[in-house]
Amino acid sequence: MNTVISVSGLRKSYGSTAAVNGVDLEIKKGEIFALLGPNGAGKTTTVEILEGFRDRDSGDVRVLDFDPATKGHAGQLWRDRLGIVLQSTLDAGDLTVYESVSHFAHYYDSPKDAREVIELVGLTEKSDALGRTLSGGQRRRLDVALGIIGNPELIFLDEPTTGFDPEARRAFWALIKKLRDEGATILLTTHYLDEAEALADRVAVINKGQIIEVSTPDQLGGRANSLATITWREGDVLRSERSAHPTDFVKKLSEKFTGEIPELSVKRASLEDIYLEMIGGTHE
Amino acid sequence: MSKSTGKSPTAISIGIQRGKLEIKQFMRQRESVVFTMLFPLILLAIFGSVFSNSIAEGVTFSQYFVAGMIASGLVNTGFQQLAIMIPMERDFGTLKRLRGTPMPASSYFIGKAILVTLSMLIQVALLLAAGVAFFGVNLPTTAEKWLLLAALLVLGSACSTVLGIAFSNVPKSGRGASAVVSPVVIVLQFFSGVFFIFTDLPQWMQQVAAVFPLKWMTQGARSVFLPDSFATREVAGNWETGRTFAIIAAWLVLGLLWAVRSFKWERD
Repeated sequence: MNTVISVSGLRKSYGSTAAVNGVDLEIKKGEIFALLGPNGAGKTTTVEILEGFRDRDSGDVRVLDFDPATKGHAGQLWRDRLGIVLQSTLDAGDLTVYESVSHFAHYYDSPKDAREVIELVGLTEKSDALGRTLSGGQRRRLDVALGIIGNPELIFLDEPTTGFDPEARRAFWALIKKLRDEGATILLTTHYLDEAEALADRVAVINKGQIIEVSTPDQLGGRANSLATITWREGDVLRSERSAHPTDFVKKLSEKFTGEIPELSVKRASLEDIYLEMIGGTHE
Repeated sequence: MSKSTGKSPTAISIGIQRGKLEIKQFMRQRESVVFTMLFPLILLAIFGSVFSNSIAEGVTFSQYFVAGMIASGLVNTGFQQLAIMIPMERDFGTLKRLRGTPMPASSYFIGKAILVTLSMLIQVALLLAAGVAFFGVNLPTTAEKWLLLAALLVLGSACSTVLGIAFSNVPKSGRGASAVVSPVVIVLQFFSGVFFIFTDLPQWMQQVAAVFPLKWMTQGARSVFLPDSFATREVAGNWETGRTFAIIAAWLVLGLLWAVRSFKWERD
């Protein structure tokens, strides 16, 4: 089975508001797939339907070859193969890291070793610390440890690095890549563009309940072919020009100046520029 | 693709693990342990000292009160504890996280039942010890009375547990849960003859109380701890043991249906 998640024509309304309005998705085994979208775009609803937390109105959904809306014992067997890392939780403050992780291992058919998982998320030194004494970043690592203790084939990560400092985020990204390298498929929701860029093999942008585009981060929104902006100083004026052939442009420019072109910069649209344009937002 | 199914965990084995975890967490929450366990003893000390009069031949008010407090202990450790604790777990995301694991829902409730049973036994033991030591309460002397006590504790605690789980959907948030649940318990205690002699209460109060299980739990506890001669002072002129158990059992079934139908793993 090469397709881990397949969704077609997914719809879900709350009252008269369509939160998800015809979403199609296909996520392959071993991918890190990022779902990007502003708040209220239908991101959470879509993911919660895939996780089996919410029922859908219509559409076909298969997650690990199983319909998440199925109730009962079959659903438990299916959950044995999933790892769900929700947005920040505050529970288990009175348990140590080791107690929480080793307890969750009891829920699964063939869990990983608790100590190994704690090591993997970098909490070994905090093994015997109570949950409520952990920092935000450590807390998030514990959330991930609890999500992966069951040795899941598919991991859902919801806004995993909200509130992290830059160093912690990099360490966290390395962890996510490691999990993928061990064979897991990862569906990530985030509104950090750099996170999607650093981690994801493919990105889907969702807005107003619909997928606008699915692409690799460097191709999104025609980014690779977008015009580059060349900026330089001429006398007192800072000039800029958009060009499809920036190399040629800079060549010509260099003939005008002797030596260095003052304050020269060549910039392509950042993922953020593209993304904001796609969702109809404005920069700054 | 499919994993080895060597020793699949069962709902019961996971439930027992959850019970251990619940007890561990409970013991680490010192304030709540003290509140749940010592508050009834403080009440006992106050009421026992203020009302030291006899209410019948060989029956002091404190004996009457201890019986009522043991029945209240069933409500405190089951209904009150769970109806406050579960909304907090719902707010903290504990329940949603559990919902995302293969843990069977029944295991969660087995864990809660284990926690309630343990705290109930501690509570009853403390009240009995204090009652015997300071308030002249007589322990049952016949096997039938002990059996009656055991049956009352088992059925009453089960009833209180399922009603606590069911009622956990009523408070809108974990922070407000205590403010919603505690008054319900206190009013029921007043109506059910815990703080006053039941037959001294106004007729209408007695009738309202007779609908709810606490009144029957207190009456059942009196039938264990007060001399049989006191039975003539009860509303029906006897202990009504059959009726007591029937009504508590009916609430158990009702609570079970209510809990199963209404339980939510997430805050709306």
